[in-house]
Amino acid sequence: MHPAKVIGHVVASQKDESLLGVRLLLLQPTDWEGNPIDDYVVAADSVGAGYDESVFFVESREAAVAFPAIPPIDAGVVAIIDGVNLDPDYYGR
Amino acid sequence: MFIARVVGNVWATKKIEVLEKRRLLLVQPMDPKSGKSGGKVMMAVCDKIDAGIGDVVLIMDEGSSAKQVLGTDPRPVRTFVFAIIDQIRTGPDTVQYT
Repeated sequence: MHPAKVIGHVVASQKDESLLGVRLLLLQPTDWEGNPIDDYVVAADSVGAGYDESVFFVESREAAVAFPAIPPIDAGVVAIIDGVNLDPDYYGR
Repeated sequence: MFIARVVGNVWATKKIEVLEKRRLLLVQPMDPKSGKSGGKVMMAVCDKIDAGIGDVVLIMDEGSSAKQVLGTDPRPVRTFVFAIIDQIRTGPDTVQYT
């Protein structure tokens, strides 16, 4: 499960029919301090995440099981992050 | 599985149902000999084990084992706190953590 920032969403009318009704979010993966890392990821949204919210997403076949229809996706947003606490005494020591 | 230190936690009210009532800890891989933690911070789901910040834990980082422990129906969980490590013995020397 990796953190990311929602920077938009992807609209596709021509797509595999099992993706019908699945909202595709454009994510900028970040590290746990919020700095952007890696490239953009498109992930299916199962929690209704909006623009500029920080979320975490699952990147593997397991992502699909968060959806009733088990669509052919490999990345899914599973939660909206309210807060992150990195304890300075232990983090990176 | 790998040895890691709990370095933080995450709270999220809006999330998929399997993560309800389970704690989300941030863990960082740790060198058992020196006790120094470094590298990529990962998030692990913590179910019955009450690991807290600073604890040294054993992390399971693979899909099907997490499903086995968490329950039968499919769960999008991969990284999982498996145990709190009390002691690591490497050759003659022993490091006590709890």
